[in-house]
Amino acid sequence: MIPEIGHYALVLALGLALIQATVPLYGAARRDAALMQLGTSTAVMQFVFVAGSFAALTACYVTSDFSVANVFENSHSMMPLVYKFTSVWGNHEGSMLLWVLILALFGASVALFGGNLPVTLKANVLAVQAWIACSFYFFILLTSNPFLRLAQPPLEGRDLNPILQDPGLAIHPPLLYLGYVGFSIAFSFAIAALIEGRIDAAWARWVRPWTLAAWMFLTVGIAMGSYWAYYELGWGGFWFWDPVENASLMPWLAGTALLHSAVVMEKRNALKIWTILLAILAFSLSLIGTFLVRSGVLTSVHAFAEDPSRGIFILCILVLFIGGGLSLFAWRAPLLRQGGLFAPVSREGALVFNNLFLTTACLTVFVGTLYPLALEAFNGEKISVGAPFFNLTFAPLFIPLMFAMPFGTLLAWKRGDLLGVAQRLMTAFAIGIAAIAITFAAAGAEHVLAPFGIGLAAFVIIGALVDLAERIALFRAPFATSWSRARGLQRSAWGTAIAHAGVAVTLIGITGAATWGTERIVAMKEGQTITLSGYALTFDGMVQRAGPNFRVLAGKFTLREGGGVVGVMEPSKRTFGARGMTTTEAALLSRGVSQLYLSLGDVNGDGSAAIRFYYKPLVLLIWLGAVVMALGGALSLSDRRLRVGAPKPAAKTALQPAE
Amino acid sequence: MRRVIIVALLSSLLLPGAALAVKPDEILKDPALEARARTLSQELRCMVCQNQSIDDSDAPLARDLRLLVRERLEKGDSDRQVLDFLVARYGNFVLLKPPVEPSTLLLWGLSPLVLIIGIGALVIMARRRRSVALEAEALSAEERRRLDGLVHEDSAS
Repeated sequence: MIPEIGHYALVLALGLALIQATVPLYGAARRDAALMQLGTSTAVMQFVFVAGSFAALTACYVTSDFSVANVFENSHSMMPLVYKFTSVWGNHEGSMLLWVLILALFGASVALFGGNLPVTLKANVLAVQAWIACSFYFFILLTSNPFLRLAQPPLEGRDLNPILQDPGLAIHPPLLYLGYVGFSIAFSFAIAALIEGRIDAAWARWVRPWTLAAWMFLTVGIAMGSYWAYYELGWGGFWFWDPVENASLMPWLAGTALLHSAVVMEKRNALKIWTILLAILAFSLSLIGTFLVRSGVLTSVHAFAEDPSRGIFILCILVLFIGGGLSLFAWRAPLLRQGGLFAPVSREGALVFNNLFLTTACLTVFVGTLYPLALEAFNGEKISVGAPFFNLTFAPLFIPLMFAMPFGTLLAWKRGDLLGVAQRLMTAFAIGIAAIAITFAAAGAEHVLAPFGIGLAAFVIIGALVDLAERIALFRAPFATSWSRARGLQRSAWGTAIAHAGVAVTLIGITGAATWGTERIVAMKEGQTITLSGYALTFDGMVQRAGPNFRVLAGKFTLREGGGVVGVMEPSKRTFGARGMTTTEAALLSRGVSQLYLSLGDVNGDGSAAIRFYYKPLVLLIWLGAVVMALGGALSLSDRRLRVGAPKPAAKTALQPAE
Repeated sequence: MRRVIIVALLSSLLLPGAALAVKPDEILKDPALEARARTLSQELRCMVCQNQSIDDSDAPLARDLRLLVRERLEKGDSDRQVLDFLVARYGNFVLLKPPVEPSTLLLWGLSPLVLIIGIGALVIMARRRRSVALEAEALSAEERRRLDGLVHEDSAS
């Protein structure tokens, strides 16, 4: 009964979405307040029904109802409870249900918290949101129904893919989807603005908090995925330039650009057309990401769906929304009037620079990811585009971007003084150069680029501090004045400085782990000791255990530094009976922000075990930096001006007929 | 007894995703040669895997290729010669960084091109805007007074 209720709730949600997709739009064109109001109630009810549907599927998983095909294929009665919850979205059908759940959540949030939006804008936004929802409800109901029953229910399920039986699955996909789907709001706002043919600074003020929230989730989601891959895949890499990773990086880059251009639009009423285009692109890239992962166009660890009919369906959704969005843009964008003028050297100019480099970086990832597919379709030639390509093309775009960061925040709006800014950044320059010199002295000249990476990061961090110091007139005014200024400083200013510092922190982590990491790959006998970067590792033997739905073969190792025991490391392998698959569980030991990483390989007949032992200096900073970035975003989001929203008068002007 | 169980367990371990990439028995005695082999391995694709280098992959083919790379290096091949040898055998598909060729021109050239066009467009727009701004400034004797009034009003509020 429960699966049928869930199925039915989803159909009802589709019905509501169809109403929401049409009636408010018609109401907005006719200025009929009652019809426009309908969008609010349908958006909220839609969420209620999708949540009900999702709860029904969750109930099927928790009770291990193997008469439901989806549960049978992706669950096992012996699985720990937490994985019974997470396996709801650890498969194609369920993850699409999570996708629409989050979409409905965002739609309902706009309906509930968008009270200060102009009524026509709100009605149009909710209608566009419902178009997206409709197409994905159809997709789920027609091609990926998670509630299909099996005629003869089996006794036991096939188990969840062991790689996914990890706490990472509880956090990574929901965060990533909150990010992906969050950009749909920016998209809906952009389309609504194009439909109305008008857009102003207030529009940017409404869009920015939604974009910022989506961006924060995406930032943490990507970082979480990267950390998951780092500890799960067993060779200690943190970014593989895998198409699935690129699919999440592209919306992030476009979203970051959108955040920055929306600032220009909000503050200076400029870059309107560009901001609209970026809003369309950010969500388009999210859709492309969904397509790449869900269609099975790429077959990798992440891609669990392999049915081409689904791929074609998502492709149609892609064409509809991206093609439709861009056509509407081409048709209506010329109506939008360009706003404030600015000199090339100004805060606006710096943000344009930021946008140019971020979008080019995004394009690089896009071309690199899709080129092999396109070339093979075009003339059958097979090429590979992997990490060496991306490292070579991506870094030259990100280095100038980071170097420009402190300049951008210090430049004045409209017309800036580059020389003056450079003078104020003298401290940052000096510390950056000192950091380069110290790194060279400490680490030697073996890796020439690494000290410059550290120097650049130091420059950005100090630059962010200088920006804050300038704003509160630190050392220039009496301390009490600075203190009261610091307390009065907008939270978004703090947010900017912290987020920028976060990027630098990530850069330090990447530099450290990629250049100064050391490794030993050896076969160790019981009792043998090896050394690596001042640490001694002793192999104490193998042990076996039984887990809830797997068997564990673990190696016991003792780690010593300078004679004293630092800790015990226990890398293991888990063999899952239901699927006959084995996963490696690396042992991690943190020393400050550095980590020791031990991974178990084959165990030979003579009792020796092959191991991979890594020292990864500063590696935790990679993900810590992302958390700092998101923290900056959260601080900015809590800014009073963003919470309060746009001033009232804008609501009145919005009621004038659109030209 | 314990050893028997471990060996029995092993048979189930030889599955994709289970073993490690570079195995201890592959490593060359000469550390300089080994370092070169590792660097080369990161540039080469494991052709049966999804977007993995032979350095990361634990597929049997990747192991064969790693051994092949090391064999060639020990015979005195230069890095270039090893790569050429593998390309001759498996085609460009084996390289994770495709060479610049007519068919990959767009791959390598599009981003720099867009960046250059973008910078060019911005420079032209900035020039045009400056001339517009100059004209506007020339007219603004009356407007300036009004503007000042507005600015003061704004900062007062």
